[in-house]
This record gives sequence, structure tokens and C-alpha cells, in this order.
Amino acid sequence: MSNPTARSETKNWLEKLPSVSVLGPLMALLLSIAFFATQHPNFFTLTNSALITSQVMVVAVLAIGQTLIILTAGIDLSCGMVMALSTMVMTKMAVDFGLPAPLTLLLGLLVSTGFGFLNGLLITVLKLPPFIVTLGTLNIAFAIMQIYTQAQTITVSDENSILLFFKQDISFAGITIGYGAGIALTLFLFTLGSWALSNTAPGRHLYAVGNNPEAARLTGIPTQRVLLLVYTLAGFIYGIAGWLSISRYGIGNPNAGSTENLDTITAVVLGGTSLFGGRGLLIGTIIGALISGVFRSGLTLMGARAEVQILITGILVIVAVAVDQLSKGKNSR
Amino acid sequence: MENIIFEARGLVKRYGQVTALDGTDFSLRAGEILAVIGDNGAGKSSLIKALSGATIPDSGDIFLDGKPVKFRSPIDARHHGIETVYQDLAVAPAMTIAENLFLGREILRPGLLAKLFRVIDHKKMLEEATQHMQGLKIGIRSMSQAVETLSGGQRQGVAVARSAAFAQHVVIMDEPTAALGVKEGNMVLDLIRRVRENGLPVIIISHNMPHVFEIADRIHIQRLGKRAAVVDPKKLSMSDTVAIMTGAMRTEDIPTEMLA
Amino acid sequence: MRKIAVLAAVGAATVCLALAQGKSPIIGLITKTESNPFFVKMKEGASKEAARLGAKFISAAGKQDGDNAGQVAAIENMVAAGAQTILITPSDSKAIVPAIKKAQAAGVQVIALDSPTEPADAVDALYATDNFKAGVLIGEYAAAQLKGKTLKIAMLDLFPGHPVGIARHNGFLAGLGADNIDADTPDLASTPQVVCSQDTFGDQAKGQTAMENCLQKNPDINVVYTINEPAAAGAFQALKAAKKTAAIFSVDGGCEGVRNVDKGVIVATSQQYPLKMAALGVAAGVKYAKTGVKAKGYVDTGVTLIAKKALAGIGSKDVKFGLANCWGN
Ligand SMILES: Nc1ncnc2c1ncn2[C@@H]1O[C@H](COP(=O)(O)OP(=O)(O)O)[C@@H](O)[C@H]1O
Ligand SMILES: [Mg+2]
Repeated sequence: MSNPTARSETKNWLEKLPSVSVLGPLMALLLSIAFFATQHPNFFTLTNSALITSQVMVVAVLAIGQTLIILTAGIDLSCGMVMALSTMVMTKMAVDFGLPAPLTLLLGLLVSTGFGFLNGLLITVLKLPPFIVTLGTLNIAFAIMQIYTQAQTITVSDENSILLFFKQDISFAGITIGYGAGIALTLFLFTLGSWALSNTAPGRHLYAVGNNPEAARLTGIPTQRVLLLVYTLAGFIYGIAGWLSISRYGIGNPNAGSTENLDTITAVVLGGTSLFGGRGLLIGTIIGALISGVFRSGLTLMGARAEVQILITGILVIVAVAVDQLSKGKNSR
Repeated sequence: MENIIFEARGLVKRYGQVTALDGTDFSLRAGEILAVIGDNGAGKSSLIKALSGATIPDSGDIFLDGKPVKFRSPIDARHHGIETVYQDLAVAPAMTIAENLFLGREILRPGLLAKLFRVIDHKKMLEEATQHMQGLKIGIRSMSQAVETLSGGQRQGVAVARSAAFAQHVVIMDEPTAALGVKEGNMVLDLIRRVRENGLPVIIISHNMPHVFEIADRIHIQRLGKRAAVVDPKKLSMSDTVAIMTGAMRTEDIPTEMLA
Repeated sequence: MRKIAVLAAVGAATVCLALAQGKSPIIGLITKTESNPFFVKMKEGASKEAARLGAKFISAAGKQDGDNAGQVAAIENMVAAGAQTILITPSDSKAIVPAIKKAQAAGVQVIALDSPTEPADAVDALYATDNFKAGVLIGEYAAAQLKGKTLKIAMLDLFPGHPVGIARHNGFLAGLGADNIDADTPDLASTPQVVCSQDTFGDQAKGQTAMENCLQKNPDINVVYTINEPAAAGAFQALKAAKKTAAIFSVDGGCEGVRNVDKGVIVATSQQYPLKMAALGVAAGVKYAKTGVKAKGYVDTGVTLIAKKALAGIGSKDVKFGLANCWGN
């Protein structure tokens, strides 16, 4: 220890590998884009790229919350349903009850944040496992939504409603990006989140809590408060995703919510984040979400069966988790 | 009397029927390495926990620099300048050395906004980490490599360095060499000496008698929840020390010149 | 958790199946979901009819479309609760069959509503829309309206393997004039005019995504077949965002869908009648309890083409008729 070893010199860039866990996912994304680009002329166009991004943006934003939680070694099964419930609060109160949309937007965000807070409380105060807690709140949110909406889709017909804010296209230099506002918000949230995770003390504490909770506690990090904050913040993010979803589809959709939890976990895992917590980058999550979107679009253009996309996603997830598991084995040695 | 900076009198800690600490005393002098030894169940861990704030004793008094103190948590003890190195729970392996050194007390950027959002000054943290590790002669090249890329001894080095960096008064180490090989154990012993050279007293719990005799200035022998004796390793032999520890030699039979 | 509750209920209930004359018969209805307006209407109708005929009415549902386990549990529960007739809208036409067989072996009459089982004779009777015919009606309308044009069709289907989805899809293509497709064609058929096929799960958002992808594949799509009206609304959104127009056809006749016909979102839709299915089913249940005679075979509960504009040679009803007979709100 008193003199630097040659080994640590040569291994220097390799040693930084954990922090570039997104290289694999990035390669997978680029390769699949390259492949589909050779298969159909309409695939690698600006319009289609924007379309793919806008198709995955709701799940991607939801997956920001999921990433934060998985980084703490937790999991959130309730994310999609909480989002769906928030879209119903936002739309039904505005359209059916005539409340001003800015107010219902806030109420929707309040509901989703409240669910996040509830998850956090149950996990930190009652020390229940996140899987069980969020399975419970998934069902609670589902039931509340069904009772509250009678499964009626609510269409937002007021084109100027703030609820549709992110539906706006962005045009510049003669090109138009459909749902450009939503894409911009998504990219902004990912940038902000990535920055905060690596450059603020709470961001680093989140990693520490996921990586070694006991060590984090002993260094004086209020681990329970960090967890509570993470679940609450995730809830808020689900509300934002809800807003984005209303903008994207023009409706409050009571049929949404049951598959997004797995979609977000898929995106997080494909993005190279470890399900064991403490390792991974937020930027990987948007890459993971885009991989799914690229396959859906590419295979549609190729005229492949829908099941093929599901099949390929399944294989990719297993590969990603296997890589995670193997690298974990390596690191713990 | 030597300059005593950390002291405990008559500490009692009971767990139901079990009395872990039965009115034990304790004292630590400025700038020394004090080893705490004792049989299993003698109350070493309970003593150290009381001194580091991890448990609250049922009765007894603790004095820091002559002033009575009461620790309600490890964090509380840390605010009083007492840092503890835990055997194997100490680091976040996926995080960098610099981050581990400053975990929980990151150096923030100046400015109101930076303080509000608690923005980390990575550059300064890296510089200070490098400086500090060099001060302890820990030869790790890059402070931005993940701790999991280090050997066991180097990891323990990071944990010791962290405590030494922030301790104002005392560094406590619970079995710092237990999980290490011979060579790495010796590296950590070197490191502990350097911490002392930098002016900090160290309390070390160890089962490893050769290590204890190599490094300690004085040895606190804990037995049946009490302090049986404090001996001078330069004067008392290892076998006699073990005899006191196990009760084979009575405290009264120790020649006074061997006490410390 | 749901399973535990079900088991507890089965255990608690005593199997008391007898054609107890005099006692009011018990009739059960199992829908695909609790809250889809189509099934809400069906349940409402069945409940009213049961009250009118003096039968006891119980109901259950899967958690979501495709939840076979939930429906199986519901059948077992209802048998245990002493139902003499079970009306069911099968979520999974094949997977539900063993549970139905078991119920029948216990003397229960099982009638499928809305969707057939596979094989169709696994149930005692089927009261449903002729989904092939529903498809044919909108297909014929599309053919008449777009006569002379080169058709580029997007097919927005349900999900793989569902007989209702297959029947409507194939009916539409047959109505458009594909003469090699009939009601017995077992799988989703295709014609050269079809440029894109996508699953929507009958969901508006998924319908929109599907249409977006189809437009990438072929920007000149001018006809869109949709499995139901939410999928049609989604397709319309996608077209609007892409600043394109295409003639959208659909099936269902829910009130929201009929209003969309009025708005021009949907050109024509085939309206079906859940109330009638429910009423027929309950009546058959009461008859079985009273006489021991089971219902048999398939009864077409009717389908009506709703379009804003009547075309020569095509029998359609207007929006006013559609709204008077629609379900949902
Ligand atoms: N948390 C606890 N609960 C119950 N008994 C304990 C606890 N901690 C220590 N003890 C008991 O107190 C006594 C002293 O233990 P300890 O301080 O761990 O001794 P040492 O570290 O010297 O082995 C032992 O009999 C032990 O079983
Ligand atoms: Mg101990």
C-alpha cells in the first residue's frame, strides 16, 4: 500500500468500468438502429426517430422514478397504475367536473406524490419490503381508479388545455418534431436527473444507500429519510409522466397502468442499472427505453409479427440481468 | 498523571439477565494507541459501543477532555470528534475512493444556490482525498477509482483514512486487521501508527496478540464486564497478559511496575 | 391475494346444486372486466331482467381483458354458490373450456355471451353478435364509399388469436370484396390492399401508437379498420398529428363511438347489443331452472350498421338511431 503498484496503473481505465455501465446498452441501441436502417428506408429518418422517442417518452419518464428506486435496491410495481390514476384525476376533474385544468393538474400531481409518499412511509417506518408494499399500492390505485372512473376514457377536447401542453410540435429550420415539447421535457428531465445524481450530495447518498445501506447509515447519512424522499420524488415524477401521457394521447386512460411497471423495469435493466442497487446511470434508462421503441418501430416496418418484438425484448432483458449478475459476482470477490 | 483525554467511569450495560458491562472504567491518553483485549463475552464490544455512541449505557459517566458527555448515536459521537472504523461494513464498494472518504460530509461548492442544492465540489474532494491519502502514505494512484477495485487491505486503508481525516479527538477501530492477510494486516498496522504520528489517539480492539503487542502503547484488559487491568506491553509478557485475560492470573498478583 | 379470497369462498360455500323448483333460481354473469362500459351495460341489463323474472343474480369479472384465471375462479365460485346457470363472456376462448366442462358436469347450464368459446359447442348456447357479419357490414360500406380508389388499408386488430378479432377482421376484408375469405377462415387473413397490421388490445393509446407506426411504414394509408371504437379514436389522433386523413371503420356502437361517427372521426361502425345478450341469457337461465330444459345453439343478437351518410345499396341507420340504442355514456 505504501507504494503504488504497477497493477493499479495498467488497470486504470478498466477500473472505471463500473461507471461506464451504459456502454453495452449504447452499443445494443446503435447496432439495432443500424440494422433496421438497412431494412427499411423510412426507419432512419428524422420523423421516425422523433416518433420513436415520443412513443417511449411516457415510459421513459416513469422509468426515471423507477431508476431512482432501483438504485436504492428497491422496486416499484405501482408506478404505472399511480400514473394512470393521476391522469384520471387530472382529466376527469377538468372535463367532467369543470374544474380549472391547472388546478386538476396540481391535484393529479398531489395524488401521485401522495402515493409515492405512502410507499416510502410503509417501506421506511413499517420496514416492509418494497416489492410487497408497491404490489399493495398497485392494487389500491387500480381499485380507486376503477371506482372513480367506471373505466370511462376521458377525452380532453379543449386543445388549449394545459393538460395537453406537451403535445406541441417543435419546428425549426423547416423540420417539425412531433410532440417536440414532450420530447424536450423528457430530455430535460433525464439531463437534470443525471446531473443531480452525480453532482449533488443527496444524489450520491442515494447510490450509497443502495450500495451498502449499513455503511451509509454509519457515515451519518439519514438512510430512511433518503428512501422516503426517493419514493416520494418518484411519485411526483409519475404524475409528470401522467401529464405527458395525457398530452401524448389526448385522453385520461383508465386502461393504462398494468404493464408500465414491467416496461419501466425493462428499460432500467436494459440500461445497465443493477437490480441489486447502487450501480447504474440514469442515462442508461433512456437508452433502455429507446431500445424497446426501436424494436417496435423497426419490426413493424419490416412487417414482423408483434410477438417477435416481445421475444427479443425478453432475450435482451435476460442478457442484461445476466451481465449484472456476473459482474456482481466478479466485484464481490 | 498523564494527559487523559477520553475517560469512562462505572459504565453499566445490561441486556435482560446478561450484564455486559459491570461498572467498567476506561481511560485513553493523548497520542497513544490503546489496545482493548478480552475473552469472548468480556464486554469489549459493549464498551466500544458505549464509547462510540452505538449503545447508551444504563449508568456511568463518560468524559471527553474532562467534560461529561452523553452520546445518543454514532453520529452524535462523531460530532464530538470521535470516529469509528467498523470491521467490514465501512465502505460503499461501487463508489469511488474520494466519495467514500467524504461520504455523508461531501465538500460542497461555494455559493448560495450550490449550498441549497448541495452541489458537490468533485475537484476539491479529489484534491483533498489525494492529499490526505498521501499524508497517510497510502499509495493509491487514482482517488476516482471504485473501492471495489482495491484489495482488502487497501479498502480497510480507505476506512481508516476516512476516520483519521475527520476525527478531532479519537479514532476507534473494531478488529481492523481481522479480515486481512499477514501482509495487508501489517500495512494497516503501519497506517495506525501514522495516524498516531499525526497526533490522534487510537483505540483498537483486537484478538491478534502479536498485533496488539506490536502496536499498543498500553493494553486495556477487559474481563467479566470490568476492566481487569491496564498493562504495559513492553514490560508484561504476552503469556501473562493472556493469563490475566482468562483469569488464570489475578489482578492483585500483577507486579505494579508492569501496570500502565 | 385474489386467489386466497377465492379459495376461502369456495371452501366456505357448500355445494348445494339441485334444480330446486320453487326456490328462486340463481343466475351468474361473468364478464371480461368489471368496468368496461359494454359489460357494465350487460350487467345492468341482466340484473334488471333477473329481478323482473324473479331470479337471484350474482356477478363476477376478470381483473382485465385476458384474465382467464380470474374467470375460472369465478366459475368455480358460482358453482359452489349454487348457480344453475352461468353466463360468461370468455376472455380466453380456449383456456376457459375445461372450467366450463367441470361446471356442466355439476349440472350447470353455461351460456356464452358476446364471444364464442373454442370449440363453440363447449357451451350450451351462444348469444352474441355475428362478428363476421359486423365486419362485412363496414367492409361493404367502405367498398361502396371508396369505389374506384386504390385502397391502402391499415388493420388495427385486437390481439393474436382471439376469435372475435379474427371474425371482424376477416368480415371486413370479405365485405371489401375478398372472395377467398369467409366466416370459416381460421386465422387473420390478408389481401394485397392491406399494407399494415398491428395489435391494439382495444386500447386507445395503443391504437394511436399502432397507427403511428403504420403511417411510417406507408404514409398513403387511406382506409383504417379498427377492432373497436377506442382503437379508432387512437388511430384518428395519430392521423391528425401526422396531418393526414383516412376513412376509419370500426365495430361496437358504444355511445362515444356513435358520437365519433357524428363528428366524422369514424365513417361507419357496426353496432352490437349487450342488453339483448343479457336478457336472452337470463331468460334461458330461468327457463332451465323451471323446466330443466337447456338452451341450445347460437342466437344472433343482431348488428346494425351506423353511418352518418347513407349510401346507395347499403342498408345503414343514422346517428340518431345509433345514439338511441347505444351503451356506455
Ligand atoms: N445486543 C445484545 N443483546 C443481548 N446480549 C448482548 C448484546 N450484546 C452483548 N450481549 C451480551 O453481553 C455480553 C458481552 O458481550 P460483548 O460486549 O459483545 O463482549 P465481547 O465483545 O468482549 O465478546 C455477552 O454475554 C453478550 O452475549
Ligand atoms: Mg465483540
